[in-house]
Amino acid sequence: MDKIKKVYSDEKIYKKLLEDNNLTIEDALENEMVINMGPQHPATHGVLRLVLRLDGETVIKVVPELGYLHRGYEKMAEDMSFIEFIPHTDRLDYTATMCNNVAYVLAVEKLAGVEAPPRAQWIRMIIAELSRIAAHMIAIGTFAMDVGAVTMVMWTFRERERIQEIFDRIAGARFTTSYTRIGGVASDIDDEALKMIKHFLDTFEPGLKDMDDLMLHNRIFIERLEGIGVLTKEDAISLGVTGPNLRASGVEYDVRRAKPYLFYNQVDFKVPTYSEGDSLARYFLRGDEVRESVKILYQCLEKIPNGEVLANDPKKVLPHKTEIYTKMEELIHDFMIINHGINPPVGDTFFSAENPKGELGFYIVSNGTGYPWKMKIRSPSFCNLQAISKICEGAMISDVIAIIGSLDPVMGEADK
Amino acid sequence: MGLEAKLTQDGFITTTIDAIVAWARKSSVWPMPMGISCCAIEMIAAADPKYDIARFGSEVMRFTPRQCDLMIVAGTVTYKMAQVVRRIYDQMPDPKWVIAMGACTSSGGMYRSYNVVQGIDQFLPVDVYTAGCPPRPENLLNALMTIQEKISKTRARDFQDIIPQKLELINK
Amino acid sequence: MDIKDLVLQTLKENFTDSIIEITDFRNDLSITVKQEKLFELAKFLKENENLLFEMCKDVTAIDWATRKNRFTVVYHLYSFKLNFNLRLKSNLETEPYQIQSVTPIWQSANWYERETYDMYGIEFINHPDLRRMYMPEGFEYHPLRKDFPVLGIPESLPLPQKPE
Repeated sequence: MDKIKKVYSDEKIYKKLLEDNNLTIEDALENEMVINMGPQHPATHGVLRLVLRLDGETVIKVVPELGYLHRGYEKMAEDMSFIEFIPHTDRLDYTATMCNNVAYVLAVEKLAGVEAPPRAQWIRMIIAELSRIAAHMIAIGTFAMDVGAVTMVMWTFRERERIQEIFDRIAGARFTTSYTRIGGVASDIDDEALKMIKHFLDTFEPGLKDMDDLMLHNRIFIERLEGIGVLTKEDAISLGVTGPNLRASGVEYDVRRAKPYLFYNQVDFKVPTYSEGDSLARYFLRGDEVRESVKILYQCLEKIPNGEVLANDPKKVLPHKTEIYTKMEELIHDFMIINHGINPPVGDTFFSAENPKGELGFYIVSNGTGYPWKMKIRSPSFCNLQAISKICEGAMISDVIAIIGSLDPVMGEADK
Repeated sequence: MGLEAKLTQDGFITTTIDAIVAWARKSSVWPMPMGISCCAIEMIAAADPKYDIARFGSEVMRFTPRQCDLMIVAGTVTYKMAQVVRRIYDQMPDPKWVIAMGACTSSGGMYRSYNVVQGIDQFLPVDVYTAGCPPRPENLLNALMTIQEKISKTRARDFQDIIPQKLELINK
Repeated sequence: MDIKDLVLQTLKENFTDSIIEITDFRNDLSITVKQEKLFELAKFLKENENLLFEMCKDVTAIDWATRKNRFTVVYHLYSFKLNFNLRLKSNLETEPYQIQSVTPIWQSANWYERETYDMYGIEFINHPDLRRMYMPEGFEYHPLRKDFPVLGIPESLPLPQKPE
């Protein structure tokens, strides 16, 4: 019993909160008070815990407490080969599984010096953008639900469900896809799936318009969010915020534009930005991004070439499953890669890709064996969450919910 | 409909208290969505228009444990979170049931690591385990139906000792 | 002029003695700096008008297990002006493993350094709030050190009792 108390005492957190103030526990009504929000709270998007110091309803200080979903990815990554880690990337940002798959394999490919064939790269772009739409649908829906519009989450999930069906067709799993491979993708995308995507895009626009009509002509929604949780440009940069949250503060930084990977330099798209930096701007920006993704997807469907989906590099890329069962050499290569890994050269690389939440980076240190010596995941939600204590100061307690919703953290990758 | 038809014919039915209580209980199971990680998204998907958990009388997801009788533990439970999960379970009124949704909660799943509890049955009594990582919404609905089946077999007097026992514990 | 040359030249002009090693692997520029000069150099990188590395993307460490300088602290910086990623490294030479915190320069380093402290037990001097990030207070080990097993140490973390 003593041990439990020792480990779970929050002394340090409370001490931090009690610094330089006149809080007394005896008379809570007369003085400032400390309340605890989460980790089991419907609006904290998972298991985020905030300890708030309040003066009446005004927030004076916020101390976020993380680690309730710390699963030890980085430690596990050191214990498994590069290929084995692909399914784990699904569960990082579990709203946008395909984006994580793509970012991870691109990071390993950069380290190992492999390049996927063009068709595979176009497929990766298609699935990443579809995944981005799915993630933003969750972000928009749950955000609206947090501030009271429950209809929205039903509508956005209806659209998301259609994307899941496409994933089901492409990868064989609706949620945890693990679709990409080092040097390509697991299987080719068939015409039926492309047709499904086309159909989805054609019918998605009216649905999006309905959502806009519901929310943007809604005075309650607008007034609830306007001017709430303002994050200035300087703070955003200094706090390391990336993704939609950074662009809503007026910085035009998108990894797809700044350091183009895949074929993002061959498609035409805008990087939407807002200058207000408040919760409403962050909401609008996600809607705009979804429209840009639709635009990119149309171009991808037009430009996707025919050809192979796995690179021809037998020492580093897994062969097709059908060939393993019929050809001796492929069987040996498959055996070697699975058992000994892909053995990238000694060195360290950092690769980052634009995810729905921000910039997802992988810093991999290789010592020449099939297992990474170290893998650091630079997760966007973790950095975005850091802004909470800054922007919640001086807000009302009910606005804290709106601010968390607008920052849209996913604890799976924030806690790793 | 069966029941209504009977009522218009005869105006009364004969049954046992046990049966009618169990029937009422199983038809309105209020879940406590303990959404921790990935499975939470599929749990929300089970409530969306396509899968529609409302068909089973369980659309009332209550985020306060005081109003719930079914806890759906959806997601990886870490050692830090285990204390919280247990505390929330303790706050739920009896009778209560637990679904371990997904591989992580059932056995630790793919997370063989230092901070993940290898199966929540180490600190919670689990009624139904659901396979999958994460389980599809259909699978969660299946788990819910299994729970309903289990509830329909209970008798009212199965739970009558619980409250005196609790009082005893408090007095101690 | 190439951005890499610009960065290197500007740094060499001002910090000739403190740069130990420069590597360029897969187009990632990486500079190893002396431990005691790191803070100064980081401040220079942020404030120099030609460079303006305004964003600190990541702070982490590497545990080399058997090497003489066991830990290397790694910083990833980004400059909006140059659109360039730079990696700074610094080897920690002796126990206790300590290094100057860069939180006064970049606010984002606050949580990264807490995470590094939690995972590797490296102390950051002058950090405003050096607590554990993920693991509970009172946990005695540092999980990402190479001598810590993946499955953890039994009974180092408590579980609640199962109810009857």
